[in-house]
Amino acid sequence: MIDKPYSPRSSKLHEWVTTADHKKLGVMYIVCGIIYLIVAGCEALMIRWQLAVPENDVLSAETYNAFFTMHGTTMIFLVGMPILLGAANYFIPLMIGARDMAFPRLNAFGFWLFFFGGLLLYFSFLGGQGLSGEEGAPDVGWFAYAPLTSTTFSPGSSTDYWIISLFVAGMGSIMTAINLVTTILTMRCKGMTLMKMPIFAWMMLVDAILILIALPTLTAIQIMLLLDRQFGAHFFDAQAGADPLIWQHLFWFFGHPEVYILILPGFAFVSEVTPVFSRKVLFGYPLMVIATISIGFIALGVWAHHMFATGLSPTVLAYFSGATFLIGVPTGMKIFNWIATLWGGQIRFATPMLFAVGFIAMFTIGGLTGIMLAVVPMDWQLSDTYFVVGHFHFVLFGGLLFAIFSGFFYWFPKVTGKMLNETLGKWQFWFLFAGFLLTFGPMHFSGFEGMPRRIYTYMPNRGLEFYNMLSSIGAVVQIFGFGLFVVNVLHSLRKGKPAGDDPWDAWTLEWSTTSPPPPWNFATIPSIASRRPLWDTKHPDDPDWKYE
Amino acid sequence: MLVFGVIGIIFVITQGALVWSLIRYRAKGNEITEPPQIYGSNPIELAWTVIPILIVFILFLVTTRTIYSLDMQEPPEGALRVKVTGHQWWWEFEYPDLDFVTAGELHVPKGVPVFLDLRSADVIHSFWVPRLSGKTDCIPNRENHLWFQADEIGTWYGQCAEFCGTQHAKMLIRVISEEESEFEAWVANQKLDAPQVPTPLNGKEMFLSLACVNCHNVNGIMMQGGFAPNLTHLMSRDTIASGAAENTPENLKKWLRDPNSIKDECRMPNMMLTETQIDSLVEFLTTLK
Repeated sequence: MIDKPYSPRSSKLHEWVTTADHKKLGVMYIVCGIIYLIVAGCEALMIRWQLAVPENDVLSAETYNAFFTMHGTTMIFLVGMPILLGAANYFIPLMIGARDMAFPRLNAFGFWLFFFGGLLLYFSFLGGQGLSGEEGAPDVGWFAYAPLTSTTFSPGSSTDYWIISLFVAGMGSIMTAINLVTTILTMRCKGMTLMKMPIFAWMMLVDAILILIALPTLTAIQIMLLLDRQFGAHFFDAQAGADPLIWQHLFWFFGHPEVYILILPGFAFVSEVTPVFSRKVLFGYPLMVIATISIGFIALGVWAHHMFATGLSPTVLAYFSGATFLIGVPTGMKIFNWIATLWGGQIRFATPMLFAVGFIAMFTIGGLTGIMLAVVPMDWQLSDTYFVVGHFHFVLFGGLLFAIFSGFFYWFPKVTGKMLNETLGKWQFWFLFAGFLLTFGPMHFSGFEGMPRRIYTYMPNRGLEFYNMLSSIGAVVQIFGFGLFVVNVLHSLRKGKPAGDDPWDAWTLEWSTTSPPPPWNFATIPSIASRRPLWDTKHPDDPDWKYE
Repeated sequence: MLVFGVIGIIFVITQGALVWSLIRYRAKGNEITEPPQIYGSNPIELAWTVIPILIVFILFLVTTRTIYSLDMQEPPEGALRVKVTGHQWWWEFEYPDLDFVTAGELHVPKGVPVFLDLRSADVIHSFWVPRLSGKTDCIPNRENHLWFQADEIGTWYGQCAEFCGTQHAKMLIRVISEEESEFEAWVANQKLDAPQVPTPLNGKEMFLSLACVNCHNVNGIMMQGGFAPNLTHLMSRDTIASGAAENTPENLKKWLRDPNSIKDECRMPNMMLTETQIDSLVEFLTTLK
């Protein structure tokens, strides 16, 4: 351990609050993300309770609108973002053989901005005033379409809470993205050229660049909206003649890349887990890199597919439809490469692998329904219905969340030095998998039947009861999955089997150091010759660098 | 349909390959050596780059052709024109060529194309009747268009499909398609002024003396509102409050007593009426055939 002469006292709390260590910050990000995951999950449970039967009155309209707004906002900004930033923070320096991030104090500042932004958003439950002055939390949807957000239609302060808290948290994310790009570009160990980085680092690099391009757009329109609301500007004020569609264009210019910002880290986790548990090198690394970069590019040019029903001209429709189809190509390449990695391997079904395989299967379905939505005439029918809700939960729950659990079970031993319980982990997977299919599968059908999104109740005898009941039962099944996860983590932290340095017989640099890693990660900075340095060490007779 | 076919095939191929490799290449437990390491294969990777590009190119061409053929901007031959205005949280239907206004329920003749001008009075709404056509948004300061044709007689349910505030869920639409003759009769009635029927409980005077007329129009009686649904032929509608309740005298009373009891936070204020006032108002409203 190193001395801390600058610290006047040595309490654990003080150590965590003042830390600039990338690992501690990474852990804090992920712990916050999981706490918010549970909070937003409870909001979703209330939503499913309300929608279980038609004309239900468990929640009032105002409370329901606040819950779906907060569920979406929380899952995206306070669950997805911190978990991906936390994972990148923790593992990028370890994987590229660095001692810390490039700007450790900026890193800490970014975390605390996120932390207080999140608290501010949730303080709105106590301090805010909603659309009708009753419910405290924001209730204009996570997309906050103008002109519903203008002071005429949203006189309470809850919309200001939404703007300012996400503005603060977003600034934190932008800083962390700057940090990640700098770290990956300048701090790789000896021998690690860009094309010898772990695929994880490539995906996080593209991810951070996407954050840098997309998130400032949100920040900018939030400032504009705040000027509208507080100082009487008219950027989005339809009553003063503004065109409210400009908000949608700018919002989705952020909002669609955001989807890829969230899912790329999922790709990163699965691309590390799948090879290790198939005992094979990742199939087609260069193509994976090309696909990742292409996704980054195309993701910036598809935003208006969220707006097919707003009356765009046929030319614009055709372009955005085509670009959306096109993004299916690099995504498909990835799926094929993962399957090719499995092909011919010796697959071990440990919990990380179960979740990784679940990811590949469910994400593929989410991708295919996405192709259906890119067909403009079909989108006119399906846009803003439960079909879309089902579609993106296959991407973000069956996709991203399964990938997060895969990575969590994979790296938990490295971070804590303890193994998670495999039996509980497998039960968790099957409960979540069953609950997930039961919740989100039927939504595709209720969407086809004509159920729009964001409605707090629906009429009986319109063919919606059965599907909604199934979805709500699925939500209950999921409770068991999440419950087992919490029990598993708390139990394993205290009584888990010791992990050792390399429990999965893996190949990237983080497994070469101790579990948990020492404060400065490596006794000596490693130098590498291939993408799988530990494979080279373990198989000196047949090293990777001969083939790359 | 092409899309369903293509997606079905891709689904079967990818999930099949996935499941097959999971079963076939499961670790047997006693293997000591690592499997052969395959780093990639240029021909195979080229194949699963080029083939998807071709597939999406075909989908793109088909979609583009459909987009242009479904151009919504020009009214089809002989179409009935309706101006639709979305309000928080009800629909106003104006028949400009026939010169009358109604709300909540859109009557159309069977087998005739209906061309809609979609507008909004406040926030963004979206007009959607799933069984008749796709949805199109109603955006303030813009005018969008949509057309559909009901080839059968019936009642078609729809509702607002863009989140528009507290009562987004209760912004329902009914399209009622009927035989040409029935439609003509309905139109003839809608064009009339409100019937002048005696109201022994002074319902009409009550209606004029309270603040109702500031928002609601009744043709031939008072025309200074327009902010709220036109009530001239209220009793010709099956529902009130944009489909939130059946149009019965009991529901009308409940609505007048406290609109929030039917549609919480709706724009109609609770006027704190006495039971006597409510009775006489409903007496008047039920004359608006």
